Amino acid sequence: MSRRFEADFGRGERRRLIWNAAMTGVFSVAGWVAILFIFLIFVFTFKETLPIFTDPEVREEANLYKFFFERQDGPTLAEQFIWQPTSEQPKMSLIPIILGTLKATFVGLLFACPIGVAAALFSSEFAPARLREVIKPVIELLAGIPSVVMGFFALIVLATWLQSAFGFTYRLNAWNAGLALGIALVPIIYTISEDGLTAVPRAFREASYALGASRFQTAWSVVMPAAAPAIFASFVLAFGRAIGETMILLMAGGNAAITSFNLNDPLRTLSATIAAELGEVVNGSAHYSALFFMGTLLFVITFVSNTAGLWVIRRMQIRMQGEKA
Amino acid sequence: MPTMDVVIPTAEPKTDPRSSERATTATPPTKIEVRNFNFYYGDAKVLHDINLDIPDRQVTAFIGPSGCGKTTFLRSINRMNDIIPGARAEGRIAIDGKELYKPDVDVVALRRKVGMVFQKSNPFPKSIFENVAYGLRIGGLNDRRALDEVVERSLVRAALWDEVKDRLSDSAMALSGGQQQRVCIARALAVDPDILLMDEPASALDPIATQKIEELVYELKTNYTIVIVTHNMQQAARVSDRTAFFMLGKLVEYDDTNDIFMTPKQKLTEDYITGRFG
Amino acid sequence: MPSPATAALRGARRGADRIAVTLLALSVILIVGILVVIVGNIAWHGVRTVTWEFISQPPRQGLTAGGIFPAIVGTAALVILMTIAAVPLGVATAIYLHEYTPAEGLSLAWRRFKKSKGLPGRRRLFTRFLSALLATITRSAVANLAGIPSIVFGLFGLGFFIQFIGRSIDRATLPPVELLWGQGSLLWAALTLALLTLPTVIVATEEALRTVPHDLREASLALGATRWETIRRIVLPGSISGILTGAILGISRGAGEVAPILFTGAAYYLPYLPERVTDQFMHLGYHVLILSTQSPDVEATKPLLYGTVFVLLMLTFLLNLTGVIIRSRTRARLRA
Repeated sequence: MSRRFEADFGRGERRRLIWNAAMTGVFSVAGWVAILFIFLIFVFTFKETLPIFTDPEVREEANLYKFFFERQDGPTLAEQFIWQPTSEQPKMSLIPIILGTLKATFVGLLFACPIGVAAALFSSEFAPARLREVIKPVIELLAGIPSVVMGFFALIVLATWLQSAFGFTYRLNAWNAGLALGIALVPIIYTISEDGLTAVPRAFREASYALGASRFQTAWSVVMPAAAPAIFASFVLAFGRAIGETMILLMAGGNAAITSFNLNDPLRTLSATIAAELGEVVNGSAHYSALFFMGTLLFVITFVSNTAGLWVIRRMQIRMQGEKA
Repeated sequence: MPTMDVVIPTAEPKTDPRSSERATTATPPTKIEVRNFNFYYGDAKVLHDINLDIPDRQVTAFIGPSGCGKTTFLRSINRMNDIIPGARAEGRIAIDGKELYKPDVDVVALRRKVGMVFQKSNPFPKSIFENVAYGLRIGGLNDRRALDEVVERSLVRAALWDEVKDRLSDSAMALSGGQQQRVCIARALAVDPDILLMDEPASALDPIATQKIEELVYELKTNYTIVIVTHNMQQAARVSDRTAFFMLGKLVEYDDTNDIFMTPKQKLTEDYITGRFG
Repeated sequence: MPSPATAALRGARRGADRIAVTLLALSVILIVGILVVIVGNIAWHGVRTVTWEFISQPPRQGLTAGGIFPAIVGTAALVILMTIAAVPLGVATAIYLHEYTPAEGLSLAWRRFKKSKGLPGRRRLFTRFLSALLATITRSAVANLAGIPSIVFGLFGLGFFIQFIGRSIDRATLPPVELLWGQGSLLWAALTLALLTLPTVIVATEEALRTVPHDLREASLALGATRWETIRRIVLPGSISGILTGAILGISRGAGEVAPILFTGAAYYLPYLPERVTDQFMHLGYHVLILSTQSPDVEATKPLLYGTVFVLLMLTFLLNLTGVIIRSRTRARLRA
């Protein structure tokens, strides 16, 4: 009946402990992967841009001044800022391309922000729970449409409809591209705004009702302002997505790098330019470095805007849930 | 004969030759020895200078108002506090003479020798069989027949075998609260520990299930050293051989259960026991 | 007793409210309508083209006739490789973030460390703070990775995988002019896509890990299991459906991306099917792009185009839907 306990704590099943230590190592390494690749992506994109600053031959053709300030002779803006890297006298102004990016983003946000927020407001404040369970999958399906499919639709179908409705000179223009882009942005704005709206504490609504306000008044004057950070963050994140969107704008924008503020004109964005021209560029040439410069620019812009948007969301989470979130 | 002031673990309790005149309730050997034990969460000291000896194969109860540190102290015995941030221990806890808080101690092996049953039963979302067999599989035992044997023995010891022997492959989550807690006890017993730490094991159960658990504890003590934390004084009085009363992180009094409840030596103890404060 | 004026105001307000809410509802209807129109248009025109022949035959006559079989094969091969690369790595990263880093936020860890001045155990609190810092940076890196434009991933694939790693391998193993690894291929395209889908997998896995109650981990540790054993036997089995959801959603996203594979291995027309990871491949999305923008006779290729788009859309929808269904079932089961 005796049981003597040899308290021999030092010896354990060594193999189990070795496995544990090994897997801890594996997981710790995996934790570094995300940081490593962000770093690598920046480094390698920027690396191919370096010749713009360091290589005198490349710098002749492609440099920061040329990108942003060089003007050709001519009366109109369109003739002064030109992107034509393949002509005999390569013209490397980024102005038309940046302008095109901004135009498309503008139209996209113009469409997506009101509609996304309105749908989110309806979903969070007025829709019965069953309806909400239907809206969410619809939004997810919309988000699941690949951008190449959206671009196809805009190119083949939407452009024709818009042209017959509004009589545009050019079939592919900022309206077409922007609208298609906007459709793709709605899910982002909806999802984040809706999260923010439903996170507003019930106490706010109850206080408002108790003062005699109607449902809509409460939604509009109390809930929405309380969720303003989330809504704003959704705009910022949608902006980041719009800036970086490639396929839709490549296919539906008309692919013409024109310096024009007119939304009826075709356009070209930064990402579309890279997509369209990188395939034919000579490795190491000025054009090549210029394209990588655009890539770095895209990386930096989206990085900054995404960090800002996520920071706002994080502050909101902390305020709602306390430190542990 | 030279006096021995070190207690040696032996098979049968020995009568102290010096005290043949005294009543012959033999002093059982000390299983867990605690000396000058302090415990901190960050910079907050939650246990102050605890000294006690927990005897082998008896039930020792820790009682005291909530927040007095009894659960923290319990969890120090199997070093479950290691997983809490900022937790720090000072002093000595030794099991059979071997100190626990030394750097070369293998915590994994320690926890097989010191089992734990939690306040809220936490069976794994697996079958009853797999729950009880978990500790054995971890240890590398996968032979079906050996597992069957140990699982049955553990469930018998946990007074659950008759109720579940026909449905061992059912999910443990489908059992009642009291049964789930007994699965957890069987699970802890399966790895053949010497010591069983129980943190308010019946506090979430109805009176009948509580009674079953208390009977179980009484049976188990013939084979295991049991330390049980409880906020229910009647339970402590019913079930334990020795009782320790804690307050604000200090050990106020530690004595045979009968003595503590009948003739407490400290006023604080008396106040608590008579219900003058919760 | 409300005066007639207040009552009239209330009536007007009710009317205005109703208009406002109707407008809001209209936005939802608009969105649903857009989805229906797009999918409907594609299905209507595409369904006719999608016959068994279409799916199983290679293209003919300069891509104006025949089928898209090689594109389907290429897309499938790409997606499988991408999954093999992304899922284990993403799950491992999520496990690291959830199981091995302190649960408290960065500012809390810093405060605990500062308060412990002059006490023993300060070093341990400092390590915990560093751990929390690393976790915060990692989480922010994951979030930023999710926001990088897909074309930049393509650039990275070209600049890093192909020109840096691939060319280095070639220079080390092949005679000077030959290229095997230093060009576009399934491997590099898959790795590039894997990077793109990594955040999706990581976030979904972390959410799944969070659903496993903490006291199960405690119970396992109290029985003498190591942390790895607890992860392997309790945490992972308990979160497998969430992980699966994340994997499927990541796959559905990766299957539709074209920009990252433009320069990393997609090809317009190949007379053979890809057999090795170093082969180039045809791809459904790429096919759509080229057919839409560079086809000499748009009208003639339209039916094929619609058919390809339809197949691609159905593929991504199916994957997306599967992921959503699994996720909502898992959530319902947890709530029960």
